[in-house]
Amino acid sequence: MPQAPPSGSNRPSDSLSKDDLKGIYRQMWILRKFEETLLDLSKAGDLRGSLHLTEGQEAGPAGACLALRKDDAITMTYRGHGYYLAKGVNIKEVLAEIIGRENGTSRGRGGKMHVFDPEHGVLGANGIVAGGVPTAVGAAFASWLKGDDSVALSAFGDGAMNQGVMHEVMNMAGLWKLPVVFYCENNLYAEMTSLEASSGVTEVHKRVAAYGFEGVKIDGNDPLEVFDAVTAAVEKARAGGGPTLIEAMTYRTCGHYQLDPGFGGYRTREEVEEWKAKSPLIRFGAVLKEKKICKDKDLKKIEEEAAAIVAEAKEFALAGPIPSVDGLADGVFA
Amino acid sequence: MSEMTYSDAVKDAIRMELRRDPDVVMFGEDIAHHGGMMQVTKGLLDEFGDKRMIDTPISESGFMGMGIGAALRGLRPVVDLMFFDFALVAMDQIQNQLAKTIYMSGGKVKVPLTIRTQGGGWKGAAAQHSQMLEALFVHVPGLKVVTSSTPADAKGLLQASIQDDSPVLFIEHKQLYGVKGEVPEGDHIVPLGKADVKREGSDVTIFSYSYCVHLALEAAEKLADQGVSAEVVDLRTLNPLDFDTVAASVSKTHRAMVVHDSYARCGIGADLAAQIQEKLFDELDAPILRVTGGDVSVPFAGELENALLPNVERIVATANELVS
Ligand SMILES: Cc1ncc(C[n+]2csc(CCOP(=O)(O)OP(=O)(O)O)c2C)c(N)n1
Ligand SMILES: [Mg+2]
Repeated sequence: MPQAPPSGSNRPSDSLSKDDLKGIYRQMWILRKFEETLLDLSKAGDLRGSLHLTEGQEAGPAGACLALRKDDAITMTYRGHGYYLAKGVNIKEVLAEIIGRENGTSRGRGGKMHVFDPEHGVLGANGIVAGGVPTAVGAAFASWLKGDDSVALSAFGDGAMNQGVMHEVMNMAGLWKLPVVFYCENNLYAEMTSLEASSGVTEVHKRVAAYGFEGVKIDGNDPLEVFDAVTAAVEKARAGGGPTLIEAMTYRTCGHYQLDPGFGGYRTREEVEEWKAKSPLIRFGAVLKEKKICKDKDLKKIEEEAAAIVAEAKEFALAGPIPSVDGLADGVFA
Repeated sequence: MSEMTYSDAVKDAIRMELRRDPDVVMFGEDIAHHGGMMQVTKGLLDEFGDKRMIDTPISESGFMGMGIGAALRGLRPVVDLMFFDFALVAMDQIQNQLAKTIYMSGGKVKVPLTIRTQGGGWKGAAAQHSQMLEALFVHVPGLKVVTSSTPADAKGLLQASIQDDSPVLFIEHKQLYGVKGEVPEGDHIVPLGKADVKREGSDVTIFSYSYCVHLALEAAEKLADQGVSAEVVDLRTLNPLDFDTVAASVSKTHRAMVVHDSYARCGIGADLAAQIQEKLFDELDAPILRVTGGDVSVPFAGELENALLPNVERIVATANELVS
């Protein structure tokens, strides 16, 4: 089992309000409903291309983005819907983008793998494994050079740890003590290949010892533990203490992409079911009940609110204009 | 105006931009303390300090990508690649990330990053330190690709590149650093996307860029002695291409050739020939010919390297073939 980070009595999450806690739950449901909608749109033929869903990993974006300021930078992957939504990008424009409409975040030129919103510090989701990590480290480099106190976070998977560029930028982040958080969602698989089959060192957080900064391992399915670890890393980064790698143990309970059933071949149905029971939504719902913040009916209400937000976004997106072919070459240059 | 070397003109451009805009920063290998492999940036660290002139580890992909992040967060980075050949180490960051970021954002972001590098042979540097790879970077959309042949153009085009809000690949040439010429003092801007007629002529147009412009000019001189009037057009910016200037010259001389020291296949010459015949077929009195660096890796031995790369004699002979 993942071990908790050094916590002690006053964890940053202790000071979260009831509304904050409900907000986390809501954010996780928004992501889940959003992705269910993406799948529906895909099946209906309204959404082109492959879909990399993040079912079971909702705690990462909800917990991590709550620890960031609006002006902090973030990059994510093709599996990054949760991060750009939780960072504050307009959900309607995101959905419009994902179905290729002119009123989408990138006027339909980017799609779900390339969502940008510099206003909210979103410097791009990415289709290349580890490809966007240098961008985040570069944002931290800019903060360091300019002497401002914004930080950057890059969310990526365990598979990205085996790309060369990752290690180049980790080395530079350690060298200059750049204000960056490497948030590694260790969901145990890269596509259909397991962590064990990918590296001799399966304890991802230990690998950054080589670059002179701290790596911590957390329960990535507990949004409060995520919030605590990211808050600590962000505070350290803002104070000039340099980078941290957070290895967040989690599990994708769906397939790698929409055509992968998710079990059979590379994982057993039992393994997937076991993790489904540990899903952040189930676990955090129980926490809210235990803390007497929500009753079952309140949880249901939050879920319904999330569904309504997504339904409204879907309506907006489907009504959005198709990009005009006249503008095909717009934006090749600034 | 003052006379200076190409090398000093490049330095002058970087210095002007570092002075003009506090968001301009430069980073790369051995550029700050050592002053760059070609000594072009020597002295800039003293004037601007180590948060504007930064020595990096040998991590071309990593610091190229960091340049993108820095550019998206308001800086105007000049990223130094010691040798053009090393761009190949950073291809994902240059072509999948840098070149596509503006487009993938739907034109929402600016990416004011300039890659500054140097290529070219004739130095016995062999296959991995002599390449001119401009065609690879013109091929993939999204990068402005800029060359220069004179000190004045180097300064003006580099200042314009750094001020541009799109990513620019600014390519210098080993053979040019010692070339001298008159350079305007103070700010000097040569707009990107404009070719320059370096010598007027009426019988044949020699299109070229970077160092080979000098070979073309020398050849034009020899051709004049033989009674052939050659026009030499320095393309300067390879992307976007100034096709108007190309068209005007072809419509005047009706014969065209392209000279570059990079590989022949899928090169700038191949592209220019295709575009000219597509758009100006009726203007042509002869096929479009090329003098290039062939399709062989740059060899080490001087005799072999000289045989591979373009020279004045080959340019003269090719022009004569066109006008005969
Ligand atoms: C450079 C590159 N290689 C391969 C791929 C194909 N690919 C897409 S996702 C993926 C798995 C990445 O795994 P991980 O980093 O663990 O992230 P996860 O998908 O588990 O969230 C691969 C190999 C790619 N997109 N980019
Ligand atoms: Mg993974």
